[in-house]
Amino acid sequence: MASRFDIRRQTGFTTIAMICFFALYLPIVTLVVYAFNSGNSIAVWEGVSLRWFYQAWNNNQVVDAAIRSLQIALVAATVATIVATMAALATTRTKPYPGLGFKYAFINQPLMVPEIVTAVALLIFFSRIKIWTGYSGLGYLMAAHTAFCIPFAYLPIRARLESMDLSLETAAADLYATPWKAFRRVTFPLLWPGILAGLMLAFVISLDDVVITEFVKSGGQDTLPTYMLGQFRRFITPEINAISTVFLLISILIVTVFFFISRKKDHE
Amino acid sequence: MPEQPGRSAIEVRGVRKVFGTGESQVAALDTVSVSIRENEFFTLLGPSGCGKTTLLRLIAGFDFPSAGEILLHGQDIAPLPPFKRPVNTVFQNYALFPHMTVAENIGFGLEMLGKPKAEVKARVAEMLKLVKMEALSNRRTSQISGGQQQRVALARALAPQPKVLLLDEPLSALDFKLRKEMQIELKRLQHETGITFIFVTHDQEEALTMSDRIAVMSSGKILQVGTPWDIYDKPAERFVADFIGETNFLTAAITGMGNGKARATLKSGATIDATVAEGFQPKDNATVVVRPEHAKLTSGKGDLSGTVENIVYFGTDTHIHVRLDSSETFTVRQQNTRSAGCGFERGDKVGISIGNDAAQVLRD
Repeated sequence: MASRFDIRRQTGFTTIAMICFFALYLPIVTLVVYAFNSGNSIAVWEGVSLRWFYQAWNNNQVVDAAIRSLQIALVAATVATIVATMAALATTRTKPYPGLGFKYAFINQPLMVPEIVTAVALLIFFSRIKIWTGYSGLGYLMAAHTAFCIPFAYLPIRARLESMDLSLETAAADLYATPWKAFRRVTFPLLWPGILAGLMLAFVISLDDVVITEFVKSGGQDTLPTYMLGQFRRFITPEINAISTVFLLISILIVTVFFFISRKKDHE
Repeated sequence: MPEQPGRSAIEVRGVRKVFGTGESQVAALDTVSVSIRENEFFTLLGPSGCGKTTLLRLIAGFDFPSAGEILLHGQDIAPLPPFKRPVNTVFQNYALFPHMTVAENIGFGLEMLGKPKAEVKARVAEMLKLVKMEALSNRRTSQISGGQQQRVALARALAPQPKVLLLDEPLSALDFKLRKEMQIELKRLQHETGITFIFVTHDQEEALTMSDRIAVMSSGKILQVGTPWDIYDKPAERFVADFIGETNFLTAAITGMGNGKARATLKSGATIDATVAEGFQPKDNATVVVRPEHAKLTSGKGDLSGTVENIVYFGTDTHIHVRLDSSETFTVRQQNTRSAGCGFERGDKVGISIGNDAAQVLRD
């Protein structure tokens, strides 16, 4: 009998894989290495130092932008996750009906509309509100981020709900649990990993956003990504590399936690 | 079949359940009425799609009837949600809560009823003992075997002391030996708890061995309700006779009635006595059924005559398939002995004698 098809034995597979890995990670490795450069250049290596990390830490603009980013991401991810959980419950715990597909599309709309279109639309919409209310705080950014975070939070929660055995909720109802008690004691504890995954995905997506933030922010409301973008317009020092490196570490941390949570789900 | 009021645990009155709308409407239950007595082991038996699970779900409250009433001790429960019905279910896939221990699963219903902690604890201990699971009370439900999960599911449903326990093909996932054990276990539990059991199965043997009474269902209707003995020996309809055990169908002319029995003249010319389903007046032509073990093969003349077509050995007995002279087929089941073969060979000309109380006239 012929041996089973194994992609690792295909000619050129290893080469292509290596090229892909280099293309993906070589730039990032370079970025991280130059974060430790003691010189002023992001291209000429002069020696190892933590100078740029100190400088970024002591740069008020960087610290303010970082705090702002975290504030926005925290609020947007939390609100988006709550909304997404409710949306996921409403779309999975129902008998299929005409128009359900349209609702899926509606919830996932921010994934499909080009980000720049949403950005311009929000810019115009929010500027009107700013004129009417006079308010120009971080609320606009938080609202905008919440909107595009919802589909990202929705997807893992819905996936979790769909893989859940419906008879568990039926059993809870059979054992005298009211709908609310059944949710709190059975659905929610089993849905929890999905909700956490959604929350973290939304958090990372918000932290990372440039386009919409750039359009919606008022003066002095730079987030970390828009601050970094602003720096590129002037002169570039390895400070940018240092900030990026810290940013990268935070993302890796979140993704790792995300991975372990979704793994736990499979072993239950 | 009128019951004395108050004696029946569950009374289903003219219940219809229609799924879908418009053109694609399907009646899963077509005006079903049945009365289930208190403290009874009652089985809903039928092939898949016959409506037995739908009826169970209506009694549990997971679905609501399109028409009709469901009375629990005389009270209409059809409009109540499941969490307001003193009825518990053992699910086909057990549906144990994976994030709780065995003990937490068993205590869930009592906890939801708001019972004090001490009472819940005592009752859980009692239930663990009843299903012999004391040693595993702190295990997760994913860490125990299928048979043990089955016991936990039973204990969980019995713990709140429901008026009626519903069992939806609970033994279908178990292997043969375990299934036999659980059948005996279920009978014991029903006896010890005194709770009315409504058991759904498609396994006719399981139904015959476990039930006090059986309702045979097909295409959304209840065809016959009776004791296992009634159902097996006095099937009212062709479907019931065919679904439960093996049987022989013979066409006959009804030539008279007397003592509640019909005189049936078979195609061979022989006339036999046959019992008749309750309240049924057979017309000229009818179908008569005879179970294979209630007929005897002879080498001389019998009520029927034919040629042996096939002989199948089963260990405890031998099935002898005979092609009758009227071209119908007839199977005779003969008990085996150690010393001799069945005494017939393929191609033998044989007679078949039908016992005095062996035949039943079908309603069709």
